[in-house]
Amino acid sequence: MAGLGLLGWLFAGSTGRAARPDSAEGTGLKAAVVAHYADLMQAEYDDALALAGQLQTNIEIMLARPSAEHLAAARTAWIRCRTPYSQSEVGRFYGGPMDGIEGYINAWPIDENYLDYTVGMPDVGIINEVRAFPVISSEVLLGANEREGAKTVSTGFHAIEFLLWGQDLYADGPGRREYTDYVDGPTGPGRTAARRRQYLHLLAELLVNQLRTVALEWAPNNPHNYRARLLAQDPDAALTAIITGLGNLGSAELYGERLLVPYTTRSQENEESCFSDTTHLDLLNNELGFQNICEGGYQRADGTTLSGPGLLALLEPGEPRLAKALRARVAAAVVAVRAIPAPFDQAMLGRDQDRGRVAIKRALGALQAQTAALVQAGDKLGWHVNLK
Amino acid sequence: MKAVGLTSLLAVLGALAGGAALAPAPEELAGGETTVFDTSPNAFSLSARNLGESHRAAFYVGHSFFNENWLAATATVSSRDGLGPLFVARSCSACHVRDGRGAPPDDNLPPEMMAIRISIPGRGPDGGPKPDPVYGGQIQTHALPEVKPEAVVLPTYEEISGAFGDGSRYTLRQPRYLITEPGYGPMASNVVVSPLVAPAVIGLGLLEAVPEKTLRALARQPAKPDGIGGKVNLVAEAGARRKVVGRFGWKAEQPSVRQQSAMAFNGDMGLTTALLPQENYTAAESLGRTLPSGGHPEVSDEIFEAVVVYASTLAVPARRNVTNEMVVRGERLFAQLNCAACHLPRLETGKVREFPELSHQVIRPYTDLLLHDLGEGLSDHRQVFEATGREWRTAPLWGIGLVATVNEHTFFLHDGRARDLAEAILWHGGEAEAAKERFRNLPVLDRGALLAFLNSL
Repeated sequence: MAGLGLLGWLFAGSTGRAARPDSAEGTGLKAAVVAHYADLMQAEYDDALALAGQLQTNIEIMLARPSAEHLAAARTAWIRCRTPYSQSEVGRFYGGPMDGIEGYINAWPIDENYLDYTVGMPDVGIINEVRAFPVISSEVLLGANEREGAKTVSTGFHAIEFLLWGQDLYADGPGRREYTDYVDGPTGPGRTAARRRQYLHLLAELLVNQLRTVALEWAPNNPHNYRARLLAQDPDAALTAIITGLGNLGSAELYGERLLVPYTTRSQENEESCFSDTTHLDLLNNELGFQNICEGGYQRADGTTLSGPGLLALLEPGEPRLAKALRARVAAAVVAVRAIPAPFDQAMLGRDQDRGRVAIKRALGALQAQTAALVQAGDKLGWHVNLK
Repeated sequence: MKAVGLTSLLAVLGALAGGAALAPAPEELAGGETTVFDTSPNAFSLSARNLGESHRAAFYVGHSFFNENWLAATATVSSRDGLGPLFVARSCSACHVRDGRGAPPDDNLPPEMMAIRISIPGRGPDGGPKPDPVYGGQIQTHALPEVKPEAVVLPTYEEISGAFGDGSRYTLRQPRYLITEPGYGPMASNVVVSPLVAPAVIGLGLLEAVPEKTLRALARQPAKPDGIGGKVNLVAEAGARRKVVGRFGWKAEQPSVRQQSAMAFNGDMGLTTALLPQENYTAAESLGRTLPSGGHPEVSDEIFEAVVVYASTLAVPARRNVTNEMVVRGERLFAQLNCAACHLPRLETGKVREFPELSHQVIRPYTDLLLHDLGEGLSDHRQVFEATGREWRTAPLWGIGLVATVNEHTFFLHDGRARDLAEAILWHGGEAEAAKERFRNLPVLDRGALLAFLNSL
């Protein structure tokens, strides 16, 4: 067990004196960390919004003039938009702006044949069931999405992903939907191409609108938005929310849902972005998002870097050893998650000694150590982290 | 050293670090050492605070399969497929929203977070309710593409007015559920309908850990004041002939979290497990021939076991405001009114081999897990093993004050007819009639105090 050193460190840490930054200087630093956190979230959502706008443009071009080239461009835009979005996912799990709306933006898994045809079922899904869904409107899609009881996923990133890639039935690559699915024709998917175009058009529009809603909640100089409320809070309460988001993204979500579940079930395609085979990027960007908040830095979509005081800046003055350990664990987790080979749906399969599963197992261990370090830091600073 | 998990160590360290400062009072620790401190909308979604490292992985896997949708058997994600063909919900969490309590539908809207149980008079082959020959034991209101749902169910509510002892008026709403548009021919004319909302999933492993002899001893006690008795339900165990003590479900009709989970997978989502390998449609519905299956069983043993661990170890949140004057006064009234005769404030768990975390805990569930006659007003006229229509299992009250935060509603009782806790109390009859009458005749301030106490749970 690689944790022996870690355990020793934990015990050492638990007997050390907690130097809580209760001074005025300490309070100022806390407020600065909270404010910079808001800047980071704002930048990540602004980037996600801008790239979702790009995605929408590329989708509209493809819908107007369907071609293999335009479909490829839309797919590229989708993948690019996922980078800031996946990094922003640390902003969930504490009742922030994303928590109410996430089910519309990023819900998963998709019941494909609730949306469109699948292998062996050519006439199913909202797109093909003309009688059940005579009109395809945003009201219909929002109403159908995540209904209580029979909740199903009909909007968001992964619905768009399915309409761009189609079912991934292949070991050696992603789904192979043809651009001709968007071209009117007398037989096959072409019969409902107009409805498919309308559906994808609405999905792109909804995604942009919903990301805008979230981005506006993080915009500065609005006394009524979430950012203003977070900054008005006692910094300790705000920091508890921030660390709760980190803790749950790192453990229940990334460690549990996105790595441990596929690793345990060995189910091919039990992965987040299963149609495009880009799950390895989701995983890495989730972890980079975690690092962003700790280090206070974020590399924006335009290549510039936003930097300021992160969570580690709070630990460093009074708890340099804890700070050093947390920084090292996070860096190690980034390395370990980055080392998971693509495509993820193949990496999870095979024998435990195979390259992919060894890498996933290592990442799981690294994330566990990261969570332990975060919980330890939280306890030292007086913020209890409740984990799922 | 290897045997000591990191997370449990952390929990111990956390408890040591926090213990000196927080020092929770014993009555705050609703779930003993499993208790978590959280009052957010996630309050029901946390793992037992003392959860061992060996269960952590299963908890997360269980969390995933409890929360995410199950898919039709054609879906790409193959370990999650097998839904239906008939079903009520696509996931556990669709009804147990945030691991909490479902809400009933409004007037004339279809229920989405309920099971609509049906039966005809008599006993079934296992001694339980006798299923409708065509529709079985439960109405499946949803179906896969190209399959007909069993029926449309719609409630109507009738307002019934009443008055407190001080003359102030209240109204209760009496639901009536209508089954229309049967998809597979006529239903038995004498069918009995029992709509049941999904209860919160917290602390279930602790309730299972209460020794059977404790429950039998409670049932054997001589009648308490107001003629309050209480009896255990004796129910069928899947795959066995003998009858065992029931603990879960509104009629205590399931003996264990394991069987309850298998029943829910099967009856509510149309998913087979090793424990219940048959699909949930009847021979009369003849759906089997053409439909793809999600495997045999559809819920693999590994995933099923993980969901059982998850449902067994979701933590109970700590009580709040225990020293507040109104809360203290309400707690005293809770005892004086004789509510506590059935809603037992304190139980102890025994030793559970698989779950040291749940063993030997002092818990405060506010239930005796026994069946009690609650009167004609609440009766669903449906016999479930030993439970008559008027008899219901004492509902655990722990966490009840956080339902409004977690689930954004305050609908209570088996079918969610009560719109708040006061209405829930006012529906009590039968063995609870005298206690209910004492509540109805309390001064308004004392009624408020009792509710303040309940909301501290």
